[in-house]
Amino acid sequence: MNTHLAGIFPRTGGLEARRSTTLTLTLAFLALLAVAGIVAGIHSLVVGHEHTFGVSRGVPWGILIATYVFFVVISTGLCIVSSIGHVFGFKEFMPIAKRAVFLSIVNISAGFLVIAFEIESSWRMVVGNVVGANLTSNIWWMGTLYGFYLVLMVVEFVMLQRGRHGLASACGLAVLLTGIAANSNLGAVFGLLNGQWFWQGPYMPIYFVTSAATSGAVAIIFYTVLAYKVNGWQMSEAMKQSLHSIAKLAVLMLAIIVFFTFWRTVAGVTGSAPGRHEALLSLLNGPYRFNFWAGEVLLGLVLPLALLLVTRGRNVNVLFVATIIAMVGMFFMRYDLVILGQLVPPYHGMGLVDYPEFYTYSPTLHEQLVVVGGAAFCGLFFLLGERFFRGHLVDSH
Amino acid sequence: MNDKDVQRREALGTDRRQEISLLERRALLKLGFAITGVFLGGSVLSLVSERRADAAGAPAIGGYPYNPHYTMVIRERHCIDCELCKEACVKTNGVPAYGYRTTILEKRRALEEGKFETTFMPVLCNHCNKPPCVRVCPTTATWKDKTTGIVGIYRPSLCIGCKTCMTACPYNARYFNEERRTIDKCDFCFASRLSKGEKTTACAAACPADVRVFGNLADPGDRVYRLLHAPETMIWVLRPETGAVPNVFYVNT
Repeated sequence: MNTHLAGIFPRTGGLEARRSTTLTLTLAFLALLAVAGIVAGIHSLVVGHEHTFGVSRGVPWGILIATYVFFVVISTGLCIVSSIGHVFGFKEFMPIAKRAVFLSIVNISAGFLVIAFEIESSWRMVVGNVVGANLTSNIWWMGTLYGFYLVLMVVEFVMLQRGRHGLASACGLAVLLTGIAANSNLGAVFGLLNGQWFWQGPYMPIYFVTSAATSGAVAIIFYTVLAYKVNGWQMSEAMKQSLHSIAKLAVLMLAIIVFFTFWRTVAGVTGSAPGRHEALLSLLNGPYRFNFWAGEVLLGLVLPLALLLVTRGRNVNVLFVATIIAMVGMFFMRYDLVILGQLVPPYHGMGLVDYPEFYTYSPTLHEQLVVVGGAAFCGLFFLLGERFFRGHLVDSH
Repeated sequence: MNDKDVQRREALGTDRRQEISLLERRALLKLGFAITGVFLGGSVLSLVSERRADAAGAPAIGGYPYNPHYTMVIRERHCIDCELCKEACVKTNGVPAYGYRTTILEKRRALEEGKFETTFMPVLCNHCNKPPCVRVCPTTATWKDKTTGIVGIYRPSLCIGCKTCMTACPYNARYFNEERRTIDKCDFCFASRLSKGEKTTACAAACPADVRVFGNLADPGDRVYRLLHAPETMIWVLRPETGAVPNVFYVNT
């Protein structure tokens, strides 16, 4: 048993994580936040969302669904980025492959943690997903595929740690395709809802996979630079070159998202599909204009693109700043996508009295605690991963 | 640790893959494709619609796939918003204060010189022939009964509370019942009345203005059939553009 574990947890080699009081306190603080999130989540399940969450009959999906989407899209993206190197053999993407696989596991786990509290009787999933499997349901496919994805991803990581690169590559391909199938099904959860016109259409599954690749490129740069900064490691030229290559991928993917965002906006404003039109107007010049212009456009797209282009993706510090900003922007994108799709009431525009033209939603303290808890969980396991897997560099063989 | 050490150690983690032969790689890639092919193939099934049933906004004679094909006809202009239907529904089906299975919306249409015409529009689950809520349920907790066509939560113990059906419903007919820990919705009073021999729903029975008419659309002798097949009758359904093919019809007679 110990020999097996030693193959997975290297004791020597690699990069030695810094051990300082500040770092220990940070770990403790993150653990505390994660626990606070879990406690808030459990409390909301016991008492009921009606009394603890900002969700309602009109807006049944709140910030936790957005956060789930945020995490699993990053996870799928990290899987995509890792596969470029260790499945398809592009050398420049190899130095980040192990970290990307590990963080992909961490991110999807954070996603599952968060959604477990949004799904109001989530414990029934264990039996329900098997006994009542509905093959026509995208959410069933999404959940089931992401379940397999997590298991396969863990196997892939173990194989990587034990130096079984052949098996790890095969597993990596299986994980990649499963992840993309799951991710596009997540898009289809939204896109195949007739009557929710802001989401409806084939755009969603495609947009989700594109967003995943973008998120993955951005996230791996962010996490890698953070790992080196926190632990005081000096970055090798190979790693710098790798980050430079990933930055180029990030620029390309961000540009594609600009394209997607632009045409979605133009199509929504030009046409007058009920629901889609009003939702887009609220983004452009309504209650969600700050989220859109400051969050999605400025933080999510324009600033990161500008920073990456001006420095040609070579300055590590600028890369770090650009990716932090982009990740904040991406959270706005997920939030706006999930919430806005529900805000136009079904009988909108029928001349009804005492009937909202637009639903409202704002997250409560309980929901915010779960979101922060999920992020803290991610941060905690990221730092622990760097420590226990020694900078994700070691091959024990 | 100097720069060279770092580079050497980083290289250790990645160089070994060069030792894998092309044949081995191909075999493993095939394995990977085989595993994921199963998942990918299956997910295409999720694009298949629930059940084929033909009917547009107004019903077509002979186009009723269930028997009894339970239907409600709303004689909208007779509604006076007394809310007795809502009270009866709450009492009969144990609906909590934060939820509803049926409600009444108020429509206002401008007439000349600042005058308005007000009509009341009762709304409830439309028991659609192609119910979007049923397709999305991951655990088959809800379905459309093959005999009656009633969309119900027939296995509440499987409802995980994901609320996808709530977002899928074009009519906002579903809510989450915190006490029962399951989605709840109108079942045309099947559990509380029809299954016990009653012939109509609580809301229809309580309505003093004969607004809600409940019956079997597959029976030419039934009142709902006659109402929907009467000459010079304007018939409409709510949100026909969603393609859900609803079974709650509104008439102007």
